[in-house]
Amino acid sequence: MAVIGRLFQDVKGPFVVCRYVAFSAMRQRVLRVNTIPMKLRVENMALSRAGHQVVGDVDFTLSAGEALIVTGENGSGKSTTLRGIAGLLPLTAGTISLVDETGKSFENPVREYCHYLGHQNGMKPSLSVRENLEFWQKFMGEKLLSVDEALEEVDLTHTLELPYHYLSAGQKRRVAIARLLVSDRPIWILDEPTSGLDAQSVSVFTSLAKTFVEDDGILIAATHLPLGLEKTQTLEIGA
Amino acid sequence: MVALLKREVQIAWRSGGGALTGVLFFLAVVTVFPFAVGPDTKLLSHLAPAILWIGALLASLLGLDRMFAQEREDGSLDVLVMQGHPLMAVFFVKAFAHWLMSGLPLVLATPLFGIMLNLSPLGIGATMVTLLAGTPAISFIGAAGASVAVKLPRGGMLISVLVLPLVIPVLVFGIAAITGALQDPAPFTAPFLLLCAITLFTSVLGPLAASVMLRHSAD
Repeated sequence: MAVIGRLFQDVKGPFVVCRYVAFSAMRQRVLRVNTIPMKLRVENMALSRAGHQVVGDVDFTLSAGEALIVTGENGSGKSTTLRGIAGLLPLTAGTISLVDETGKSFENPVREYCHYLGHQNGMKPSLSVRENLEFWQKFMGEKLLSVDEALEEVDLTHTLELPYHYLSAGQKRRVAIARLLVSDRPIWILDEPTSGLDAQSVSVFTSLAKTFVEDDGILIAATHLPLGLEKTQTLEIGA
Repeated sequence: MVALLKREVQIAWRSGGGALTGVLFFLAVVTVFPFAVGPDTKLLSHLAPAILWIGALLASLLGLDRMFAQEREDGSLDVLVMQGHPLMAVFFVKAFAHWLMSGLPLVLATPLFGIMLNLSPLGIGATMVTLLAGTPAISFIGAAGASVAVKLPRGGMLISVLVLPLVIPVLVFGIAAITGALQDPAPFTAPFLLLCAITLFTSVLGPLAASVMLRHSAD
């Protein structure tokens, strides 16, 4: 089922209200389910490495459907910032909270609502692409797309049964991007998601990111690439 | 969790046949001992349980360094620790999978190696039972050791140095139980139950220590 409710069109006549599902030639999948209004609030976040403050006073609020682009020079602390938000580094100051519209915090730690894609892809070389993705889907839960559908999104269906280490660097990255699609998470935290991708794959990724944000996802990415998103904030590290 | 166990076993099975390397290493250790001891079959059969235990201990240490270091290198560790699963349960499964692919094959290979060391059938049985009860403890303690050395590029040596002193009680009670089974006045049940107790105790403490370590040492 390629089109699910996204492309509804209301045609209102004087007496009749008809609802059509428009089938477009372009694939378009819903990249979020169970959307509830939420806000990611980061206040005065500071992070240290080896006792040395790397990032300080990071402050922003993102609502569902918004994106944050993190920029800065090499070594300015972009990755550190993203790892801090993902709960992979202890904060030296500040808070990160995910709140609903009444301002109440969500029950679980913020990291459990996040997809994190770092510099490494998080895949096992000796397992096949299918085994890798199926494992992550089962382990992360909250099934979104099936493994086949997710690979179709990144144009890699033909690699399904290949061992992961057979793939090229760009293909490996695309499989890692497919991991974001097999489980449902309201927040994506991506560190240089397009490194190693060719122009074609970059545009595939940009359209996925766009769809995700339009489906009320919250996107935080360190990238120099224009993603063409409407509601985008920028955070410059080390400025 | 079942998915994680399946993945761990698949990885161990494919990347160099983890089970087979352990057994081969065990075989190598066990075969050189008779040459060192000399042609005294009585002495050899007397030493056999100790040789088998030392061999199993060393073979179980193989692959411990990869338990978390590999996950960290390929970025999987980040995703593993971010999920809602209790981290302790995740690491328990990882340690258990390590035992399945390193400890269990050793237990199964013991009868064959016992014959090579002129061990009596009763002795072989006792060694198998004590190894079955004791080797999981090595994997669980090893998980804690592996979590400490996760960031070191050549952590294997450090892990062995950290883990070996901690598994001495396992060795002591394992050998005591075998002695109890083979010689009449010495008891079998008491040391064997203590051995089981150590394994149960470490099955909780090892994964707990690893989870605390890896949650707070993130970088």
